[in-house]
Amino acid sequence: MAYKQYILVCGGTACESNKGIELIETLKKELEDNGLIRDVQVVRTGCLGFCEKGPIVKILPEDTFYVEVRPEDAAEIVQEHIIKGRAVERLLYNKEQSKTNVGIKEIDFYQKQFRVVLRNCGVIDPDKIDEYIARDGYKGLEKVLFEMKPEDVIEEMNISGLRGRGGAGFPTGRKWSFAAMQPKGQKYMVCNADEGDPGAYMDRSTLEGDPHSILEAMTIAGYAIGADKGFVYIRAEYPLAIKRLENAIRQATDYGLLGDNILGSDFSFTIELRFGAGAFVCGEETALLASIEGKRGMPTPRPPFPAVKGLWGCPTVINNVETLANIPIIMLKGANWFNKIGTETTKGTKVFALTGKINNSGLIEVPMGTTLREIIFDIGGGIKDGKEFKAAQTGGPSGGMIPPQFLDTPIDYESLTRIGSIMGSGGLIVMDEDDCIPDIAKFYLQFIVEESCGKCAPCRIGGRKLLNYLIKICDGKGTAEDIQNMRDISEAMSRASLCGLGQTASNPVISSLRYFMDEYIEHIDDKKCRAGKCKKLLRYTIDETKCVGCTACARVCPVDAISGERKQAHVIDADKCIKCGQCFDVCKFQAVSRS
Amino acid sequence: MSMVQLKINDISVEVPAGTTILNAAKSVQIKIPTLCYHPDLRPWAACGICVVRNEGSLKLLRACCTTVAPGMKIKTHDADIVRVRRTVLELILSNHPNDCLQCPRSGNCELQSLAADFGIREIPFETDVPSIPIDDSTQSIVLNQEKCIKCGRCAIVCQEMQNVWALEFIGRGENTRMAPAADVSLNESPCIKCGQCSAHCPVGAIYEHDHTRQVWDALCDKDKFCVVQIAPAVRVAIGEAFDQEPGTIMTGQTYSALRRIGFNAVFDTNFSADLTIMEEGSEFIERFTKGGTLPLITSCCPSWTDWMEKYANDFIDNFSSAKSPQQMLGVMAKTYYAEKMGIDPAKIYMVSIMPCTAKKYEITRSGNMFASGYQDIDVVLTTREAARMIKSTGIDFVNLPEEEPNSILGEYSGAGTLFGVTGGVMEAALRTAYCLITAEAQPPSINFDVVRGMEGVKEAEIDIKGTKVRIAVAHQMGNVEQVLNAIREDRKNGVKPRYDFIEVMACRGGCIGGGGQPLGATDEIRKKRIAGLYRDDEKSTIRMSHLNPQIQKAYDEYLDKPLSEKAHKLLHNNYHAKKVYSK
Repeated sequence: MAYKQYILVCGGTACESNKGIELIETLKKELEDNGLIRDVQVVRTGCLGFCEKGPIVKILPEDTFYVEVRPEDAAEIVQEHIIKGRAVERLLYNKEQSKTNVGIKEIDFYQKQFRVVLRNCGVIDPDKIDEYIARDGYKGLEKVLFEMKPEDVIEEMNISGLRGRGGAGFPTGRKWSFAAMQPKGQKYMVCNADEGDPGAYMDRSTLEGDPHSILEAMTIAGYAIGADKGFVYIRAEYPLAIKRLENAIRQATDYGLLGDNILGSDFSFTIELRFGAGAFVCGEETALLASIEGKRGMPTPRPPFPAVKGLWGCPTVINNVETLANIPIIMLKGANWFNKIGTETTKGTKVFALTGKINNSGLIEVPMGTTLREIIFDIGGGIKDGKEFKAAQTGGPSGGMIPPQFLDTPIDYESLTRIGSIMGSGGLIVMDEDDCIPDIAKFYLQFIVEESCGKCAPCRIGGRKLLNYLIKICDGKGTAEDIQNMRDISEAMSRASLCGLGQTASNPVISSLRYFMDEYIEHIDDKKCRAGKCKKLLRYTIDETKCVGCTACARVCPVDAISGERKQAHVIDADKCIKCGQCFDVCKFQAVSRS
Repeated sequence: MSMVQLKINDISVEVPAGTTILNAAKSVQIKIPTLCYHPDLRPWAACGICVVRNEGSLKLLRACCTTVAPGMKIKTHDADIVRVRRTVLELILSNHPNDCLQCPRSGNCELQSLAADFGIREIPFETDVPSIPIDDSTQSIVLNQEKCIKCGRCAIVCQEMQNVWALEFIGRGENTRMAPAADVSLNESPCIKCGQCSAHCPVGAIYEHDHTRQVWDALCDKDKFCVVQIAPAVRVAIGEAFDQEPGTIMTGQTYSALRRIGFNAVFDTNFSADLTIMEEGSEFIERFTKGGTLPLITSCCPSWTDWMEKYANDFIDNFSSAKSPQQMLGVMAKTYYAEKMGIDPAKIYMVSIMPCTAKKYEITRSGNMFASGYQDIDVVLTTREAARMIKSTGIDFVNLPEEEPNSILGEYSGAGTLFGVTGGVMEAALRTAYCLITAEAQPPSINFDVVRGMEGVKEAEIDIKGTKVRIAVAHQMGNVEQVLNAIREDRKNGVKPRYDFIEVMACRGGCIGGGGQPLGATDEIRKKRIAGLYRDDEKSTIRMSHLNPQIQKAYDEYLDKPLSEKAHKLLHNNYHAKKVYSK
């Protein structure tokens, strides 16, 4: 039985939390009521990426793309689009574009994207293994098991040039070869799904939208390194991803794609899930392994590297979700297909979670070498409300702030490091003129102070000291000496910390001191915050020429800092004022000014 | 072994593969500063002080845990590295109370000497010390978390060396603390009071519970008859506090010093070690020849008995009921000695000087410790506290004339002195058991080399004229469980236990490596202390406990014979299962 049409509804977390499930139920009910349920299939897919405009609905085969669809719109979609064949214009993304056929290709958000990792996200129903198989799923594994020796697989990985997407960019094939070189015996393959950067959800979307690609990749890796056991270390805060992975493991096991003698070969491999409790540091390999072993998540010195001595002392390869998602397709299409994508040093694509002051926030995938300008302005649709771009932070709290002069930098591991940031796992936060640089640095340091494991002195103490200086500066109490101390601490942290978390924790400070020194100086010398973010530096005053004495401000002031007779100009007592801004908001005559 | 060639500060170095940069540098007389590193422990790599640079890389490497690689060009000291180290040190100091004058570790603190080496005069960063109450819930050790620098040594010692798991990393990030899990007090935790945490702490965060004040008060009290005993291991370590080479035998000087401080009589725990052999040895012979629960396991070590009561109470029946030498001497002083000398035992104030913090716990651990009708031992001082008392009197300890102990609880055999070293109790017992079983004057070799040495578990089969006695000796608590598990396996399989007699000492090397000994012990120092005790044995004219004339006299005059009713009442005790966490 073939369906005539498919209604794909995004099942990513953002869309789901926006009544996505109710939308699916209503669509099904409408189809049922109209006797169409046998002709039209409603599919809950993985994330389509365009989270800004969710929930997203896509109708195939005509490739119509609806945005911000509510459950109440279901009836109209069925009546108009399905029954009458007319697009529901008010739900189209770009209402000026061709009205009947506004496909994904025509939307700016998708035009410069190139989907390798997310190839199945938003296309298949992640809960159905058959849909994954229909899109050539597990074909890479079949090829590996029956046509390739483990060393061929590693060689193919080396040729592909794939580098770890978890942050540091270590060549994946090399990592595998270290573990493969170890004497035969118990080895482990671990998938790092402990995504923890604020605002990042690349891995979550991949797991939610295409769980089988991860299982297939882990099995291929297990075959290459000689491991028969895999663990997915995943945050307990990702319940949907966990549910889909559990379901996928069950299905793959039923199909003989996991377990003993996979596809009738000699190779056996099983996968279990291990849940993390949300500690950022557990994304660091050695801390992650400690956590799987049931110990406190604290990094240990490397070497020995996990590939030599990992989980319970056995050789262990740890790859993150995005790295793994590339592997089935590399095996299927060949390393030479993959290594044509990207730049000289960095092959393939990169998924970014694009957030912040940007028009189209969402999940995107671009070839390596795409510039920040293309990402932010072409795909992201530029800065919200026409404001001015100030900086972009890649690599989450471990990255640096990239100023406008580097917008045309083609993105790869090396270029980002050169300009003081890192690739990281793919969080990309865009800041505009309303963002205060010391305040943003403060935000990241707050995160680091909370997430430091506390083991090594430079990170544990240095992070807190940096945060204290940033608080002091944002409060208008900073001194020039503080800047020097921050530099010294940042250097000690980056050079003497034990793990990647501590070594990169001062990047937001180092990069912002490098590119936005003027903002620090303003805070210190002029006690001024140009973005108006640092409350303690704000001054509220009432322009007596504009004030009509309506008393609205005095009534709303929670600390009785505003005085004045009715119909007379009011004044604010700066000593009492707590800078809450309520007077500013309530004044209808623009008499209250903020500086 | 394959060798690796590298350059350290332009000096060519060749070291075996697997050597750390720290040790490779040491081999060419370069000292890289460290703080969290301790040679007893696997590198924890927490502090970031030992960083060095490999040429061509901006990144710094931790010398404590990074192994050498061929062709490395390591720089250990230059302006750049020293600056980073200095900032790290300043950060650590900015989180430390820096109240050195009142600190128990003043003058003996690794952080203090590092700060001195770096010439720290002021700390550029605001200091910020969390306020956490002191945990003095045990009589043995005190935990002052405010001074803790989170080097992790105490937890690694407690968990990995000692298999106790009382101390844990708790809290996260800046709130990380070293404390018992769930923040229970040390007394409610699995702590066995071995004090190895205090012996490894680089600063004053965990230290012996100081009882010198009580002793000074007693010495000032004219109504009290103050007596003191010194444990075997004290004599070969106390000299270290007075700049003597570890292992120097200071027995005579210690007797003198204690008399000069004001003690009315000075006894030696080695005497009661001989007494322990009489009781425990007889207990063994009885069980071995007449059939009783075997293996017999020694119970002189209060940390071990505490561990057993918590973690291995399926072995209670295997325990020797003989009290430890400290307790035997205490009860003998307040009964036998008091009677003989006509002193009111109520007035006797009995002080022990022990290498051990757990001995402070032992003196009140059960009602058996009051067998004289009084608390048998009034107070325990560790070697460190005793050294401090001596120093505060201005006595020129090293040059004191050597004196003799007071009769009738002072004379000892070479076997008694061996109680301070791993294998020593076993060796002393074997010497006597051999003679008692065979009725011969002495074993073919008075030294039992098989029970000597630093190996964690030593096993042997001793031939006593055709009778085979199978023994095991374990020291450092972390090594003990494997021995117990072997016995458990035998029990499960319903076969005869593989050992007849087991000796356990909780600390590495035995009591010479005790948690109350002078600080800074490493295997090198432990071996020197051990050698000192073996020398003490060798120079003794009597080297077997049962030949100690004062022991024979004690039985003739007072105790009747080993395991007599009186001996049982005074010299034996029992054990009970305990919860691991009492809260």
